[in-house]
Amino acid sequence: MSDERMPALLALEDGSVFRGTSFGAPGEASGEVVFNTSLQGYQEILTDPSYKGQVVCMTYPLIGNYGVNPEDEESDRPWVEAFVVREACRVPSSHRSAEPLGKYLERRGVVGIEGVDTRRLTRILREKGALRGVVSTGKDGADALVDRARKAPSMEGLDLAGLVSRREAAPWTEGHLSAFSSDRRERKGPEYHVAAVDYGVKRNILRNLVDCGFRVTVLPARATAAEVLALRPDGVFLSNGPGDPAAVTYAADCVRGILGKVPVFGICLGHQILAHAYGGRTLKLPFGHHGGNHPVKDLATGKVEVTAQNHGFAAHPDTFRRGDVEQTHVNLNDGTCEGMRHLEVPAFSVQYHPEAAPGPHDSLHLFDRFRDLIAATRG
Amino acid sequence: MPRREDIRSILIIGSGPIVIGQACEFDYSGTQACKALREEGYRVLLVNSNPATIMTDPEVADRTYIEPVTPEMVIAILEKEKVDAILPTLGGQTGLNTAVKVAETGALERLGVELLGARVDVIRRAEDRLEFKEAMKAVGIDLPRSGVARSMEEARAVLEEVGLPCVIRPSFTLGGQGGGIAWNREEFEEICAGGLALSMVHEILVEESVLGWKEFELEVMRDRADNCVIVCSIENLDPMGVHTGDSITVAPQQTLTDREYQRMRDAAFKCIRAVGVETGGSNVQFAVDPRTGRQVIIEMNPRVSRSSALASKATGFPIARIAAKLAVGYTLDEVANDITRKTPACFEPAIDYCVVKVPRFAFEKFPDANPGLTTTMKSVGEVMAIGRTFPEALQKALRGLEAGRQGLGLDRKDPMVRSREPLPEEEIRAKLATPNADRVFWLRLAMRSGWSAERVAKATSIDPWFLEGIASIVRMEDRLRAFPSTAALPDDLLREAKRMGFGDAQLATLFGEDELAVRAERLRRGIRVTFKVVDTCAAEFEALTPYYYSTYEDEDEVRLSTRRRVMILGSGPNRIGQGVEFDYCCVHAALALREAGYETVMVNSNPETVSTDYDTSDMLFFEPLTREDVLNVWERIAPEGVIVQLGGQTPLNIARGLEEAGVRILGTSVESIDRAEDRDQFASMLEKLGLRQAANGMAASIEEAEAVAARIGYPVLVRPSYVLGGRAMEICYDREQLHTYVARAVEVSAGRPVLVDDFLEEAIEVDVDCIADGETAVVAAVMEHIEEAGIHSGDSACSVPAATLPAAVQDEIRRAALALARELDVRGLMNVQFAVRQGEVFVLEVNPRASRTVPYVSKAIGVPVAKHAARIMVGQRLRDLGFTEERTVTHVSVKQPVFPFNRFPGVDTVLGPEMKSTGEVMGIDTSFGGAFARALLGAGVDLPDAGTVFLSVRKADRGAARVLGRRLIQLGFRLVSTEGTGTALREEGLEVGILRKIREGRPNALDLLKDRRIDFVVNTPSGKGARTDEGRIRAFTVTHGIPCITTLSGASAAVRGIEARRRGGLAPRALQDYFPAAAKP
Repeated sequence: MSDERMPALLALEDGSVFRGTSFGAPGEASGEVVFNTSLQGYQEILTDPSYKGQVVCMTYPLIGNYGVNPEDEESDRPWVEAFVVREACRVPSSHRSAEPLGKYLERRGVVGIEGVDTRRLTRILREKGALRGVVSTGKDGADALVDRARKAPSMEGLDLAGLVSRREAAPWTEGHLSAFSSDRRERKGPEYHVAAVDYGVKRNILRNLVDCGFRVTVLPARATAAEVLALRPDGVFLSNGPGDPAAVTYAADCVRGILGKVPVFGICLGHQILAHAYGGRTLKLPFGHHGGNHPVKDLATGKVEVTAQNHGFAAHPDTFRRGDVEQTHVNLNDGTCEGMRHLEVPAFSVQYHPEAAPGPHDSLHLFDRFRDLIAATRG
Repeated sequence: MPRREDIRSILIIGSGPIVIGQACEFDYSGTQACKALREEGYRVLLVNSNPATIMTDPEVADRTYIEPVTPEMVIAILEKEKVDAILPTLGGQTGLNTAVKVAETGALERLGVELLGARVDVIRRAEDRLEFKEAMKAVGIDLPRSGVARSMEEARAVLEEVGLPCVIRPSFTLGGQGGGIAWNREEFEEICAGGLALSMVHEILVEESVLGWKEFELEVMRDRADNCVIVCSIENLDPMGVHTGDSITVAPQQTLTDREYQRMRDAAFKCIRAVGVETGGSNVQFAVDPRTGRQVIIEMNPRVSRSSALASKATGFPIARIAAKLAVGYTLDEVANDITRKTPACFEPAIDYCVVKVPRFAFEKFPDANPGLTTTMKSVGEVMAIGRTFPEALQKALRGLEAGRQGLGLDRKDPMVRSREPLPEEEIRAKLATPNADRVFWLRLAMRSGWSAERVAKATSIDPWFLEGIASIVRMEDRLRAFPSTAALPDDLLREAKRMGFGDAQLATLFGEDELAVRAERLRRGIRVTFKVVDTCAAEFEALTPYYYSTYEDEDEVRLSTRRRVMILGSGPNRIGQGVEFDYCCVHAALALREAGYETVMVNSNPETVSTDYDTSDMLFFEPLTREDVLNVWERIAPEGVIVQLGGQTPLNIARGLEEAGVRILGTSVESIDRAEDRDQFASMLEKLGLRQAANGMAASIEEAEAVAARIGYPVLVRPSYVLGGRAMEICYDREQLHTYVARAVEVSAGRPVLVDDFLEEAIEVDVDCIADGETAVVAAVMEHIEEAGIHSGDSACSVPAATLPAAVQDEIRRAALALARELDVRGLMNVQFAVRQGEVFVLEVNPRASRTVPYVSKAIGVPVAKHAARIMVGQRLRDLGFTEERTVTHVSVKQPVFPFNRFPGVDTVLGPEMKSTGEVMGIDTSFGGAFARALLGAGVDLPDAGTVFLSVRKADRGAARVLGRRLIQLGFRLVSTEGTGTALREEGLEVGILRKIREGRPNALDLLKDRRIDFVVNTPSGKGARTDEGRIRAFTVTHGIPCITTLSGASAAVRGIEARRRGGLAPRALQDYFPAAAKP
C-alpha cells in the first residue's frame, strides 16, 4: 500500500492556511467552517442535511476507523461541503463496514483534507467564530483560496432548508433496525398520524416517530398550513435543517397557521422556526454547538441530559419575554436556550437532537412526550 | 441539590500497600477525595497502612491513621472517633471489602455510621457473580452464558452447559486473583479448586469463553439526581482473555460506530442503575463479538479503579474528586469542571488526541513464574502516552516503559534492526498465539518477517484497526530504510516519521548515528515538537489548567509566566524497586517549590500517580522520561534547572545525557552520583574517609572468580558488574555454587566482569537517610533491618529507631554517613547502606538521591525531608528550614514490605539480594513489638495468638531456633518440625512433634497445612528451589494465607509482636497524636 498522498489546502477568510493531503474527491469546495467534537458518528454527520453549506472539521483526530455502512446514512447523500480531519483511516475495522471513508467521499464527490492540525483550526474558530473557508486539491495557491473564502456566501440570511428538503409529500414507514432498537418498547394504544415537515430531516427522527407508534407523512419545507392541515394530522413535527432560521419565513408563516390547531413538536431548525412563529427572534452563535456532549438541563425536573447538538443559531431570549412562551431547557455550558414550550397552545421544541445519530440517547423520551401531548390534547 | 449538612465527619478507607492489581492510583483517588471533602468543610479521617502515600501526609486529612486496613481496626477507629459516614469506594477492592466486613458485624448500625456512595447490598450486587447476573438479566443486558458454583461438583455441572474453553472467576478477589481460563478438564479442576479457596465467599463463576472478542470499558458517573455521564471509553488492544490491567489499552474507543457505542453507553447506565450505585464512579466492562457485534457485559466495579485513574488522566476529568463531591450530595451540574472553570462537570469529555496505556511487567524478577498473560493480573505498573495518532501514542508509551525500548523496535533489543532475515516461523507463531509481555513487539517482527496483517489478526485475534496502526509504523520504517542517514531524509518524510512517534534514538539506531546528532539535524530543519493542552473539551472552551503533551503539529499552546521555573522529573511506571515512594518525593518537591514561589513543572508518564494530577504542579507535561522528551520540554519552557534526584533511578539514568545536552541539574552533581556508582572511585573515596568496605574483587572468568573467592573466603556475593539494585545478584556458599553462577553470568554478559564481594554473613544491615545542603548535613534516620544482610534492603523490614544496635555503633554509622555526604557534596538527599558484623561497620552502598525509605522516614520522624531537599536544591539552607539536628523520637516505626507471591503460584517465597516486594506498610507504636505486629497485620500477615507453629530451619540456624522454640512454647504454642530441627529442639528439652518429609509419606507438613492444623510457619531456607520440600511448603502458605516467615530475625521480631498484642492489643492512634505540631497545614 502506498503512503503517498495528493496535497490539499484549507484556507480561511482570516488568511489562515492549513496544508494537508486529499483523502476524498478531488476538487474544491467552500462553506462556513465549523468544528464537531463528537468522538464517533462521522457518517451520520456527513449525511445530516443540517450541514448543508458547511465545511466540517472533526476535532477527534482519528476518523474513518470503522468505515462507512449503509445503515448509518442520515439521508440519501452526504451534505457537508468538505470534510477536514487529522487522520483518515484507510483500513477500517467493523463487521458492518462496506467501504473505507475516503472511497465513500470520493464516490460521493465530497472533498476531504487530512493531516491538518485540526486543533489549531478549532482554536481559531473558537476565538473568531465560524469562518468561511475553502478546501481545494487543485493547483491554486493559498492567496487565491483565501480570496475565494472571503467571497463565499455568509450563513446569515441564507435559506438552505428549501434546498435540502424533499419536493413531494411521502409516507415514512421505517422504524429502527432491529439490532439497534433494543431500547424501544412495543407501542400500545391508537396509531396517531404525524405530519413531519422536512427542512432537512434526519432519518433517525422519522424512525423514532415510527417506533413511537406514529403513522408518518413527510412534507416538503414549503408546505403551507392549509396543506399540512389538509392531512388532518394528530400532530405536526418540525424538523431540523440547515441555514438561517430567519430566512425561512414561509416556514414560520406555515407554523403560525397550525399553532393551536394541532400539537406541534420542533427539533433544531424546527425549534427556531417556532421561535419566529411565536413572534420571537433567533441569534447567530459565535461558533455554534456541534457535538455529542452538551449538558442540557430540563428546568422543570432539574434533570441533566447529555445531548447531541448541531446548530449555529439559537432562540433569542426576547422570545420568552412575551409571557406566553416559557423556556424549558438551558445549555449548562453557555446558558443558551435549548428548549421552550407555549403556555397556551400545545407546542414544544428543543434546540438539540433527541434522536441522537450520532450522540447520546438521553433525550429519546421527548418523542414519548410528543405522543403524550397529542393524547392529552385529544382528551 | 445542596451538600449534606447531616454529616460532619467522614472516614476514607485507603487501599493499603501497593500490590499487583492495586497500585498508587488509589493514593491519587484518595488524596483527591480528602481534598475535595475538606474543601467542603467536612472533618476527614483516613486509615491507610501505606506510608509512601500523599494521602497519609498529616496535612491531607484531619485525622490520619497509619494502621492496618482491617475491619477490626476500622471498627476501633469508629468507636474512638465520632464518625458519621464511611466513603468506601476510593480505596480499591481493599477499601470495599473492608467496608463490607465492617458492615457485616453490625458495627455501622450500632455506631450510627452510614456508607456513602454504595450501600452493602449494592456492593454485593456488583461483586457477587450470581446477583450481578440476575440484576443484568432483569434489565435486559446480555451476558456470557455462565453458572455459579460453590463446590467442585457444582462447577462440573456448569461446565456441561458452557463447554471448554471457559473462564473461571472467583467472587470477591482482587484483580481477578485466582481466576483463569481452562482449556482442558485438568486445568479446569485446578483453577476451580484454587478459585474456590481464594474467594472470600468460596464462590466462583464458570463462564462461556469470550476469548478473542473485543474488550471495552466505560467509566460511568452517577449523582443522586440520577444524572449519568460517561467520562471515558477505553478499548483494549489485547482481546478478551487478558486481564485489562495487563492489556495495552487505548482511549477513547476506536472501532465502534456511534450506534454501537451508544448501545453500550445505554447498557452501562442501565447497569449502574440496576446495581444501584447511588453516587460516584463505576467502571463497566464489555465484550463485543467482532463477527456479529453482539455485546455482552463482563463486569462492573462500583468504585473508582485503576481504569478510572487512567480515564481521569486521559481526559482531564478528575473522577475521584467529583465522586467525593457527589457522595456528599452534590449533583454533577453543581460541580464545576476545574479545567474550563466555566462549564459544569455534568458532561462527557471530548478528547482530541489518542491515549495509549501499556502495562509494565516484572517477570525478570520471578524466573519461575509463567510469563503468559491471562485473566489474573500480573503487571506491576503502567505507562500512559498521549499523541495525535495511535502510532504516535503507542511509540511514546513504549519508549516511556523504561524497559530498554525506544519505541516499536529500532532499539538495542530489536533483533531486526540490521537483519532482513525473517525470524523463524515457529517462534513468531508462539509469540503471537499466547499473550505475553512482548507480544506488541512481535506484531512488528511478524510483519517485518513477511506476515500480512490478516495473518497476524488470525493468530492473535487483535482487531485489524490496531494492526493497521502497527503496519503503518512498519511501512514508515521501510520508507526510512531507503535512505542512508538522517541527513539524507527529505524534510517531509522526517516530519512524518516524527508524527508517527519515531524517536530520535530510533533513527539513531537505524542509521548508526548519535541520538543528539539526529536531534541537531532535525532541529536544524525546524522539525520541532509542539505542545498541546489536555482540556476535556477538544478546544471548544478555553482551558485554564496547563496540562500538556507533545506532538508534531503546527501550533504550540504553551503559555509561560514570568516566574522562576523548576522542572521535576518523575519516576515513570511503577516497577519492583521503584514505586509510589518516588512519586511521593516528586509531589513533595512540587508542593515545597510552589510554596517557595517557583513555578513548578512536572514531567512524568505514570497515570496512576498524584504527581500527574493536573493541579499538583503549575504545569504538567505527560511525557515519557527519555532524554529526547525531557529535552523537548526543557527547551520549550527554559526552567532554571531540573531536579533528578527524587524520581528514583529513572531520572538519574538520563541525568548525564541531559547535562551533556546543556541541561542544568539541580542539587547533587552528576559527578558525585557517578562517584558513588563507579566501583573504583567508590573504593578510593571510602579509603580516603577511612571507611570499611567488604573485601571484593572483579573476575572475567571462572578461574579469576575462584581466585577472588579463595582470597576473601566463602560465602561470597556475586553479581554482574553492569546491573544495579540487586538484579541477578546471588550468594554463593561454596565453589560449586560459584561455578554455576559465574558460568551462566559470563555467558550472559559476554565479556563483562562479575563482581565478587565478601558476603557479610549474619551481619545486621542498616539504612541511613540523610540530607545535606553543602554546609550542614543531618541524619534523618538510622533504620535497622530486621532481616540480616543478604536480603535486598527493599525486601527487609526495618525499624526507626534502631531496635538492637548499641549507641556507639549507631554513632559510628552516623559519622560515616555524614562524612560521605560532605565528601560527595550532597545537595539534597542521600541514602547509605551499612552492614554491621560483630561491632564492625561496613559501607555497602551509597546513593546520593532520595531512597524508597524517604516517605517512611518522614512519617517516622515527623519531618518532610523531601520538601527540605527540594528547597535545598534551589539554594535554601537547612538552618533556614529549621532542620539542623537529627530528631529523637519516643515511638517506634516499623516498615514491612509486601510481596506479590500470590500472583505467581508455585514460585518460592524465599528472599535474597534480588528485590521482589511491590510495596510496604508501616506500623507505629510505643514498643517495637507493637509496631512490628501492626506492620505485619498491615501487610496481611495475621499472627496467631495460639495454635501450632511449624518451625524448620537450616543447619546454621539451629542454635537460634532453640531460643525461638522456647519462647514460643512459653507463649503456649505447640511446635512441630522436620527431623533435623526437631532433633535439635528435643536436645534442648523442648516438646516438639516431628513430621515426615513430603516424599517420605504421610501425614507430612503439607497435609497438616492443608487441614489448617498449622497456624504459623517459620522456615529458613537451606537451598533455593521451588521444587524442594521447603519450597513447596512456603509456596503453599502463600496461596492459602498462612503466615510464613523465612528468617529467624524476622521470626523473633514476630514473637515480640505476638507478645505485644497479648499485652494490650493494637488500639488505633492517629499520626497527628504522635506529632501534634505537624497537624497544622
